[in-house]
Amino acid sequence: MKPASFKYYAPESLEEALVLKAQYGDEARILAGGQSLIPAMNFRIMQPTVLLDLNLLAELSYISSKESAVLHIGAMTRLSEVEDDPLIADRVSLLHESLPYIAHPQIRNRGTVGGNIAHADPAAELPVVALATKSRFRVQSTNGSRWINSDDFFRGYFETAIDSSEILVELEVPFHAASTGWAFLEVSRRSGDYAMAGIAAVITLDSDYICRKARLVYLNLSDAPLEAKQSADMLVGETLSDELISQVANKASEEEIMPMESLHATVNYQRHLACILTKRALKLAYGRAKET
Amino acid sequence: MSDNHLIKVTINGTKHTSSVEARMLLSDFIRHELGLTGTHVGCEHGVCGACTVILNGISVRSCLMFAVQVHGQQITTVEGMATKATDLHPLQEAFREAHGLQCGFCTPGILMSLIPFLDDNPSPSEEEIRAAISGNLCRCTGYQNIVNAVKLYLERDS
Ligand SMILES: Cc1cc2nc3c(=O)[nH]c(=O)nc-3n(C[C@H](O)[C@H](O)[C@H](O)COP(=O)(O)OP(=O)(O)OC[C@H]3O[C@@H](n4cnc5c(N)ncnc54)[C@H](O)[C@@H]3O)c2cc1C
Ligand code: FES
Ligand code: FES
Repeated sequence: MKPASFKYYAPESLEEALVLKAQYGDEARILAGGQSLIPAMNFRIMQPTVLLDLNLLAELSYISSKESAVLHIGAMTRLSEVEDDPLIADRVSLLHESLPYIAHPQIRNRGTVGGNIAHADPAAELPVVALATKSRFRVQSTNGSRWINSDDFFRGYFETAIDSSEILVELEVPFHAASTGWAFLEVSRRSGDYAMAGIAAVITLDSDYICRKARLVYLNLSDAPLEAKQSADMLVGETLSDELISQVANKASEEEIMPMESLHATVNYQRHLACILTKRALKLAYGRAKET
Repeated sequence: MSDNHLIKVTINGTKHTSSVEARMLLSDFIRHELGLTGTHVGCEHGVCGACTVILNGISVRSCLMFAVQVHGQQITTVEGMATKATDLHPLQEAFREAHGLQCGFCTPGILMSLIPFLDDNPSPSEEEIRAAISGNLCRCTGYQNIVNAVKLYLERDS
């Protein structure tokens, strides 16, 4: 239960961090909050030879809304800061609502937005929220920076589109559009545990309460956050009757998700959870969309 | 390949200077190097909360940080709660009276989670108290008396 030896760097600027990342490539792991990396090192599941600790980089810790309609969150912003941010609570309520589901308060005090996303655990909350809100990620290397859409970012278990010379520096989250309702729900065995199943639902209505846009994204029901596009499309152009909601829930849970049997849940049980969560989430999101 | 670093850190008001290997966990530094064994180690993967300490005013898991990362920072452990080593902090008094502990293994971590929480939120609801200690496992008390102890402390404090 002790980590193997490694060479430790604590760069004092992003510039310096990028040079080190370019130099060491895959050999160097980024140390953000350490709340996923250090447990893995304690178990020696991971034995990186070089750690680049980003904790001195205040320049990567911010929540800013200089542009209208979007919010930028620096990669090293702590999860607890996002949880407490009033602007996020108001304008990206889905993100706000997902935060308390992530681990425990002490873990959120240390864990970062960038770490939660870069780690790409299919059971993590922020990747699901990012996909549901159509967020983008900015990654940077000594050669410059590029934006990656959340649709192209998650590649499977703990795999992302970040290159070995790049560091994730920022997340861009759009504000919820007008007449938009949201819901984030999950089922886990204990408070703070990784969930057995979860969902983020976002729907936008027109003035007649007809659904104009819908996104349904599932947590821990595939090897990456999974967007159920066909099921969500069934909602577009329709009013959300209980009957339609049931049809969508059945389609998503039977046909679109790809659950993997685990110690805690059989595939059938995961499909059952997905079906119930979809119904609840759609009703909640629909009600909220009508109120806004 | 040992990678040593010189760190200066203030723990419970006392400055310490030490050379640590990069891979040394903060929990091991506190217990083995400084001999402050009030900080307990249950799981070393962030689940149990026994190792919780206060870093610059916020609760963190000391098993999920390296000692080298606290260079220049302030830490409080359970030993630093009361004003004198022989005294108890009023929250500790309340734990004693309300039977907020049995074996006591989880207690330091619970206290280190509660102190910053109660600073931020001096009159929490029961639900908020339970959420604040939701990341701390206790195998003895069933939590009820821990919650009662916090309530007793708050009653007296007001
Ligand atoms: C007991 C416990 C329960 C938890 N429960 C949950 C839960 O329910 N839901 C959940 O989502 N998470 C959970 N977590 C994980 C927690 O949220 C982590 O904090 C988070 O997943 C990773 O964030 P971090 O900042 O700690 O990253 P680290 O652990 O520092 O890093 C994680 C990985 O991402 C890489 N990385 C980090 N930052 C960057 C960057 N800027 N650029 C490129 N790569 C980077 C690292 O190299 C590493 O491979 C739990 C953790 C614990 C200990
Ligand atoms: S020993 Fe740190 S959380 Fe269990
Ligand atoms: S008192 Fe024994 S573990 Fe809590």
